[in-house]
Amino acid sequence: MLAAPTHTGGDHAYSHRPHADLLTREQHLALYRHMRMTRTLEERLVALYRQTKVVGGLFRSLGQEADAVGSAFALERRDIMSPLIRNMGSMLVKGATPLEILRQYMAKGDSPTRGRELNIHFGDLVRGFVGQISHLGDMVPVMAGIALSFKMRGEDRVVLVYIGDGATSTGAFHEGINFAAVQRVPLVIVVENNGYAYSTPTGKQTAASSFMEKAAGYGIAGVQADGNDVLAVYDVTKSAVDRARAGGGPTLVELITYRRKGHAEHDNQSYVPDGETEWWAANNDPIDRFTAWLAAHDGISAEELAAIDASVGAEIDAATDEADASPMPEALDALIGIYAEPATLPPHWYRDGVRAVVETHERPASWGTHDG
Amino acid sequence: MAEITYLEAIREALFEEMERDPNVFCLGQDIGAYGGAFKVTDGLMAKFGDQRVIDTPISEAAIIGAAAGASHMGLRPVAELQFIDFISCGYDMLTNYVATARYRAFLPCPMVVRGPSGGYVRGGPFHSQNPEAAFLHTPGLKIVYPATAADAKGLMKAAIRDDDCVLFFEHKYLYRRVKEVMPAGDHVVPIGKARVAREGKDVSIITYAATVWKALEAAEQLEREDGISVEVIDLRTLLPMDDEAIVATVKKTNRVMIVHEDTRTGGIAGEITARINETCFEWLDAPVLRVTAHDVPLPYSPPLEDFVLPQVSDIVAVARHLARY
Repeated sequence: MLAAPTHTGGDHAYSHRPHADLLTREQHLALYRHMRMTRTLEERLVALYRQTKVVGGLFRSLGQEADAVGSAFALERRDIMSPLIRNMGSMLVKGATPLEILRQYMAKGDSPTRGRELNIHFGDLVRGFVGQISHLGDMVPVMAGIALSFKMRGEDRVVLVYIGDGATSTGAFHEGINFAAVQRVPLVIVVENNGYAYSTPTGKQTAASSFMEKAAGYGIAGVQADGNDVLAVYDVTKSAVDRARAGGGPTLVELITYRRKGHAEHDNQSYVPDGETEWWAANNDPIDRFTAWLAAHDGISAEELAAIDASVGAEIDAATDEADASPMPEALDALIGIYAEPATLPPHWYRDGVRAVVETHERPASWGTHDG
Repeated sequence: MAEITYLEAIREALFEEMERDPNVFCLGQDIGAYGGAFKVTDGLMAKFGDQRVIDTPISEAAIIGAAAGASHMGLRPVAELQFIDFISCGYDMLTNYVATARYRAFLPCPMVVRGPSGGYVRGGPFHSQNPEAAFLHTPGLKIVYPATAADAKGLMKAAIRDDDCVLFFEHKYLYRRVKEVMPAGDHVVPIGKARVAREGKDVSIITYAATVWKALEAAEQLEREDGISVEVIDLRTLLPMDDEAIVATVKKTNRVMIVHEDTRTGGIAGEITARINETCFEWLDAPVLRVTAHDVPLPYSPPLEDFVLPQVSDIVAVARHLARY
């Protein structure tokens, strides 16, 4: 018998889902493929990490695939979002590719950041996602600013920013959400409550009983959904996106999920009560739940899903080979692009092949106290 | 006595100071049961309980501000930042409140703000920073940045006992790479005193933290290959700076370079150069030269990080240039 978990996700059965009910069978399969791609790609990254081909840390979203994929699925192509470290799935929905993610983790010269940044810290305004930084909460005001630009120009576009339970404790979160609320910009704030910020359980992060209720203090709408039910996630996020698009201002969406792996791959989760991750794996896996729903609702067979899984595996295999063959960056690329002008900095004078003023300068014979 | 690492030396100092003084307490993210991201505080909560080893929300401004308030009342907080890169989130508290408190309001802040710093670890732009220069420019703060395990312990004990706020930078590259036997007894290293890490007579290298070890490696090579005798000064404390030690080495070798891992423009090397100009210009036989990182955020990929950061070969090249100048 598994121990009863302290954080179980609660009961969020929606009898009526006005948005999710409109999704087609093809869209259901697309949701499934993104979730499967997220999980399988992360499993591949673990293998590469163990081979030391992933240079820096590795961050998993195991068990959170539904909240990442379902929420991003509620955005239009023209909308812009900013992911967190466990939103690889959201980025895949917005068009990020496995090849980009692999190159990025492997610090390759042709990665989206040319080897400058780690993991999924990258973005593309054209496809509609902005790379995060490590300083939690900072993306809330930044994304409020993008939303402000849409409001100022009268563009029919919405912004979504992901933050975790931990980031709600930062000043940047508070300032950003308050700014967005006062300016009534089209921003959706998705708080992924996965039970832990590194080793800190949610109960030590906030004394509030939910994150949803914080919305009231900012004068905006607050809603909550079962983050492991991809259709519930889609539905609640789509409502918030529609409200923002209609000029109704920001919404705080709390998604209840669970982080089944450690903060990063090195974290042994010694702080997690015995049986807790196992309980979630056995009873509340988002892919298992959606697979069961697909069979019951769409009559989708195990064979059809297996074919998707195989195509996901083949895409990841091909991308891994390509990323593996990618070159590391050229060292001098480190000095390109710190400013628009000048676009390139010179290396320090003592580096090979660079003659410097101090080496070539002809000194007066009498200069210096010890000259002959 | 067994050797202990730089990281264990810091932990030992925290243990000893918490045992010695009931006013000393630790606060920070994941420092309690988990023992901190790098396990510096491992075992502290088991020994001293959760009232003296406090897990906090992700709120650097609150951690630093609350430490200041507690310190006004006679407590001695030691605030951990999970990575020193996040000190920027508490910059307002540190520079506006803490640094000015004694001067403007006669409210001392006997507190320590500590955290893992520095690069050479493929940490990328937000887990590799060396933000000491930003605080060197802030009157009211003290800054230490040890290179050895014994100094890490002795300076931590001094920092906790100091009556002002001490920023204690810990180099994560050194955490488990350097070790030594701790001096016996109550080992306290005074704040504000540099150390001669290696005696020499031809060229001086003034440095601190991880680049002390790079300077020592370069000095070995220069002695072996060129017969150049290199003196290495480990500043240990950056603020207040040990001017006496700087002047002494300038007068001894007449040729000086300053090495730091932080970026060049507005860095600490510039400040040291100005002090040398003001105090012992006539003793110089060559311009004071700098070996530093390039002026860019620290990139992640190994070829990029290696290029941006100062390396042993850079120190060797500049020492040769100085020796023949």
